[in-house]
Amino acid sequence: MSSLKKITQKRLFLPIFSMILVMLINVIYDMACGNAPLTFFTVTIKNGVLYGRLIDIFNRGTEAAILAIGMTLVVSSSAGTDISVGSVMSLYGGMCCMLLAGYGNTNVSNYAVPLIIGIGAGLLTACVCGLFNGFLVAYMNIQPMVATLILWSAGRAIGLLLCNSQIVYVRVPSFQKIGGYVGFIPTPILIAAACILVASLVLKFTALGTYIQSVGINKKASRIAGFNSAKIILLCYVICGLCAGLAGMVATSRIYSADTNNIGLNMELDAILAVALGGNSLGGGKFNLAGSLIGAYTIQAIDTTLLALGVSTAQSPVFKAIVVILIVVIQSEPAKDFFKKLGKKKEMAKGAAQA
Amino acid sequence: MEAGVVLKMQGICMTFPGVKALDHACLTLKKGEIRALMGENGAGKSTLIKCLTGVNKFEAGEIYLEGFNGPIVNKDTMDAQNKGIATVYQEVNLCPNLSVAENLYIGREPLTKIGTVNRKAMNRQAEELMKELELDIDVTRNLEDYSLALQQMIAIARAVDMDSKVLILDEPTSSLDDREVEKLFTMMRRLKAKGVGIIFVTHFLEQVYAVCDGITVLRNGQLVGEYNIEELPRVKLVAAMMGKDFDDLASIKQEGSGDKRKEPLVIEAKGLGHAGTIRPFDLDIHKGEVIGLTGLLGSGRSELARVIYGADRAQTGTLKVKGKEVKIKNPIDAMNLGMGLLPDDRKAEGIIGDLSVRENIILALQAKAGILKRIPMAKQIEIADKYIEMLQIKTASRETLIKQLSGGNQQKVILARWLATDPEFLILDEPTRGIDIGTKTEIQKLVLKLAAEGKSLIFISSEIEEMLRTCNRMAVLRDGAKVGEIEEADMNQMSVMKAIAGGDSNE
Repeated sequence: MSSLKKITQKRLFLPIFSMILVMLINVIYDMACGNAPLTFFTVTIKNGVLYGRLIDIFNRGTEAAILAIGMTLVVSSSAGTDISVGSVMSLYGGMCCMLLAGYGNTNVSNYAVPLIIGIGAGLLTACVCGLFNGFLVAYMNIQPMVATLILWSAGRAIGLLLCNSQIVYVRVPSFQKIGGYVGFIPTPILIAAACILVASLVLKFTALGTYIQSVGINKKASRIAGFNSAKIILLCYVICGLCAGLAGMVATSRIYSADTNNIGLNMELDAILAVALGGNSLGGGKFNLAGSLIGAYTIQAIDTTLLALGVSTAQSPVFKAIVVILIVVIQSEPAKDFFKKLGKKKEMAKGAAQA
Repeated sequence: MEAGVVLKMQGICMTFPGVKALDHACLTLKKGEIRALMGENGAGKSTLIKCLTGVNKFEAGEIYLEGFNGPIVNKDTMDAQNKGIATVYQEVNLCPNLSVAENLYIGREPLTKIGTVNRKAMNRQAEELMKELELDIDVTRNLEDYSLALQQMIAIARAVDMDSKVLILDEPTSSLDDREVEKLFTMMRRLKAKGVGIIFVTHFLEQVYAVCDGITVLRNGQLVGEYNIEELPRVKLVAAMMGKDFDDLASIKQEGSGDKRKEPLVIEAKGLGHAGTIRPFDLDIHKGEVIGLTGLLGSGRSELARVIYGADRAQTGTLKVKGKEVKIKNPIDAMNLGMGLLPDDRKAEGIIGDLSVRENIILALQAKAGILKRIPMAKQIEIADKYIEMLQIKTASRETLIKQLSGGNQQKVILARWLATDPEFLILDEPTRGIDIGTKTEIQKLVLKLAAEGKSLIFISSEIEEMLRTCNRMAVLRDGAKVGEIEEADMNQMSVMKAIAGGDSNE
């Protein structure tokens, strides 16, 4: 009993529990279909690359996971969300493809400039977007939602302008590889792993985590203790912008084109949801990056599961909503209290029986 | 109820979680009387007012109001207003973009037969009201066109027009200049002549003696006494508010800690000031010296310290630290010059509630080290454990969240945070407020020990004994300005209180 209690009180318990729940649905579905119960977890090599539903979740979940890293920091430091990340992803696509294809071209099979310049310019643009958001939030004291609303609406449009309102295709293998495979492993999985690794190392070996949480919990006290709260918040938004750029890089290369109308569409909501599912308070303060990442992959798992269950893409948001409601409610304080009381009652009943 | 009394509050008790905010507090207000409600912050003035206006629910006691048989209880401010108790707060709670007349009659507009607002009637009534109160105001213009003082008076006019018997003015003068205050007083006297009883909450002593007939003093939620204005000269009022019986003020013998004037200067402030909080002041602090800042709450003692530390950026004057002129923009600049500040509002500006005791202790040291140089965990643990032991911080473990600690232990953690940075100049703003007597003594001892080690300190406390025991010199503040200094030889309870009270202290 006590060991079970210890496990349930761990911060990551509920996010992991939610993820397992989603996986369980898959297992039940597979059994119902007459497949082997563990079809979901089976990873095979097909056509020379890794194949399986699990691989698919990690592959497709890359964008949400990378965005969740930046979003977690933004939420923690400023108690607000950056809703421009989806648009910034699209803006990356516009910038990168416009440079690689040359302005005005819509379909090329050779780079106009080296690949690295295209990617670098795209990521730089994303960072500038973060800088803009951060400046408005940290120095102009504008509500994060309102400040980032500007690029939420303008970012995508600027991308469209850069591409002359066309879908720009860059049909060069090295460009496609970013959204494709390295050897038999999907490249996005490697990129996500690299981002997660870098983020964890930074949090481990610098005091960034302490700075961000301190500012997020008590801005005034942090200032008196010597932190420059505005700079920290600005930094978080720049990191968030960079993450949006990286996510944009993966999304753009997947379709080797700058489809600015669709890249990163509604991704900001997934990123915010990932942070919430990870057990982080959207009111800022303490954060748990691992929780957010689990949240991001859980969302993807829901999507993939629904697809496997044969729910049409038009209807899947309904089921997704139901699952999300369940997960969020389970993690809410009143629900936690309820379970606690339930546990106590059981214990008391047990005690009474023993007496 | 006695004749002539309009309001009587008796034995009012009220508890906030963990604090007895009011403990049998009383207040009697006569018809046509202006009564000052005095007390330091936390004395229970606002709570008592809120009990009267129905914002707070009190647990025991009775409120009697003229015209009502038996005790009354107000459900909310609306209810209180209907019974004839009106309140005007420090901030004008009106709509700046509506006309004066609209503001006066909002929520009770005169209507035409078909139910629309009868603007003609409304403006006419408003004009009559203004005339009656001898205010020269065009009621059709927007409220924002008038000065804050006039807006304040319009708010009062609105309250008075609702046939109030009792008018509560909660710090109405804090944002007014002298001329505007005088206008307000004229109006108060006029209302007084009409028979309205006025409760006047303020922390400006001069104003109390300028306009009030009586004074009710609260301290720690209890009634100290109700006085006629003649009975209570300034010095006695200060004594009453601070909880010292003036006749019993035995001066505490103080061990001579030696003149520190020969030591090198650490802080030289010349004309340092910040608009709206502290007028330009000069202050010198020597090595190993403890300077006390004394004055009533709101007199600018915290603000003076904050300007030196850069918590509020100095707008005028120059600051020299160890002989070198410096510009402090942010606290981190001050910290790099070897300063530290323990703020008076522990909850708002001291603790980072959701971080652990360890993290709270190493916070300032980490800020000085910079974001890239994370203090290794082993070192963090070492520092945390060292101070937990040294200051005897009572915590379940070093990883306990600081918000779970008691106030005194939280204060010790913040103190540890600064000691860990090994500061040369430390500002302690009310370090002993709200903590138990044992810890208070420990902190005072620590202050003396730090001074003996050659550190300079500013010590701010509402308790004069504490300052007498620890300080080498005191600076006196009144109404947002430094008004003088008291040398060690002249420091005793009486001299300090007289200095705080100011004015003609011999009356």
